Amino acid sequence: MESSQRPDHPLLAARTGNLRRRRAANRTMETSAWIAAVLAVAVLVLVIGSVAVKGLSSISLNFLTQNADPNSIEATGGIANALVGTGIMVGLATLMAVPVGILTAIYTNEFAGSRSASTIRYFLDVLNGVPTIVTGIFIFGLIVTAQGHQSGWAGAIALAIVMLPLVARSCQEVLALVPGSVKEAGLALGASRWRTTVSVVVPTALSGMITGALLAVARALGETAPLLFVSSIFATNLSTDPSQALPSVPLVIFQFSESPTPAKHDQAWAAALVLIVVVLLISIVARVLSARMRRRLGAAR
Amino acid sequence: MTTDAATAQPSPLLAGKNRGFIDRFGDRALYIITLLAALLSVAVVLGLAYKIVDEAAPAMSKFGLGFLTTSNFDPVHGEFGAAQFIYGTAVSSFGALLLATPISVAIALFLTELAPRSSRTAIGTLVELLAGIPSVILGLWGIIVLGPVLNDTIEPALHSVLGWIPLFGGTYSLVGLFPAILILTIMTVPIVSSLTREIFATVPPTDKEGALALGATRWEMIKTVVLPYSRPGIIGAVILGLGRAVGEAIAVTQVIGNTAGIHSNIFLPADTLASKIANTYQGADPSTTIPALAYFAVILFVLSLIFNSVARLLVRRVQSRAGRAG
Repeated sequence: MESSQRPDHPLLAARTGNLRRRRAANRTMETSAWIAAVLAVAVLVLVIGSVAVKGLSSISLNFLTQNADPNSIEATGGIANALVGTGIMVGLATLMAVPVGILTAIYTNEFAGSRSASTIRYFLDVLNGVPTIVTGIFIFGLIVTAQGHQSGWAGAIALAIVMLPLVARSCQEVLALVPGSVKEAGLALGASRWRTTVSVVVPTALSGMITGALLAVARALGETAPLLFVSSIFATNLSTDPSQALPSVPLVIFQFSESPTPAKHDQAWAAALVLIVVVLLISIVARVLSARMRRRLGAAR
Repeated sequence: MTTDAATAQPSPLLAGKNRGFIDRFGDRALYIITLLAALLSVAVVLGLAYKIVDEAAPAMSKFGLGFLTTSNFDPVHGEFGAAQFIYGTAVSSFGALLLATPISVAIALFLTELAPRSSRTAIGTLVELLAGIPSVILGLWGIIVLGPVLNDTIEPALHSVLGWIPLFGGTYSLVGLFPAILILTIMTVPIVSSLTREIFATVPPTDKEGALALGATRWEMIKTVVLPYSRPGIIGAVILGLGRAVGEAIAVTQVIGNTAGIHSNIFLPADTLASKIANTYQGADPSTTIPALAYFAVILFVLSLIFNSVARLLVRRVQSRAGRAG
């Protein structure tokens, strides 16, 4: 198109088929890249759209206040007990994974030699790559078999193992972003190492650490596989006792989706809507925080 | 805040022994606490590996490596093999990566080279949000929305055009390998594309400008500079995506039909290692079936170990080169 507009341009004077072919190839590849990006966004819209449309038609206040019973085939019931169970298990998992993850990151970034830091990073990457169903088997063998029954604690520990590498790796990344000059300023003022770490390094990286923790929470909220064997046979009443198996929203979606009754599918969509709204909200908040922190650190440099 | 803390107390140089003791103790305590946390993280990985091998030990000693190539899985007679499930895992994940790799690379190129600067962050965020959708919801969408569309429209269309390839056989199904491949593609595209995007960002701009100055079109610049430079990193990203696809249990179990078998027609139901564990581990016979399924878990763990190590080496190669160039 361009070439036909200015046929006299000296560089294009020898308008061989070659140039035309090169431009056509360029256009084809650029168009394909556009299509790929549009496709990905379209799939996102399609999935979220299906969840929104189907979920909104079967969600109600009762759905949020009544308890789930995956074994019944009736359209009644809700997910109140699953919401509470998910809240408890993810909450406990966060209390376990976030401190351990942050401390691990401080160790690798502030104390460890480069070889041991790299080894620990490798172990965290391996843990991040372990299929979550395998984590489920691990906790089943470690806790459920030993105790003789499933429990919310077992579920929380399984989720904490899923969260730990996410928290630790993201904290390592933000700690590495803290400028050395800021740290040196603390040390130069005569502050000791722990003092510098606690009151200079960590506050500087704090919003980045919160981002990492939030993304890990968002991930744990949607995890089904680690809970499948360790907290899946639960009572249908509302329970807050983690020493017994607790229901969870993803597991209820899974069980409803495997049900042959359309009424249960409707409930699965409604539960999916609740879950997806919470997960997406948390991811968006996390991204906003992280963008703000990167801007600030960028300005500090 | 920091300066407050420093000025509120007399300078440590003047504070005498007391302050020195607190600092020595504080340094020591922080070191020990963080070291313990790091050791705990490492211990979780080692403990997990030990525990699943321990659970699988009876099956591993009984069946040995022949387990990988034996196809019957018969809890009644205590005869177990993983071949059918390895086949399902391999076809579903390789199929997914075959689709996901070009799409992800194209998205990464779009975001680094083509998209208007103002829309880059927005589109990049949307693609990453796709990674945040819980797999159980993708699975639900796969059964109820995607399955019927594939069965009624897309599978017959593919068969009528490409039916001469045995992969696209004439029998259709609401569940099977094909929907599993598509769901795994949706799950891996955001991972592979965001990793690839990070790698493209390390390509030295001077190299790119050089190619453009020599008269290359944008695509020729990408083909001769960006892609060769990033190749090891892209392969690393794809391997990490493969690791994710191989280990996915829930979404796959929802759409694959959970009927073990080795057949060329991808429209038919199959089963994978991870989805077989998800379906049968609960309540399985602890003396025979559980060890066999734990053996599946050992296979999955070893695969994830291999994928991670290889990907790490490849990504590190790109990074160290970028470090040298910068």
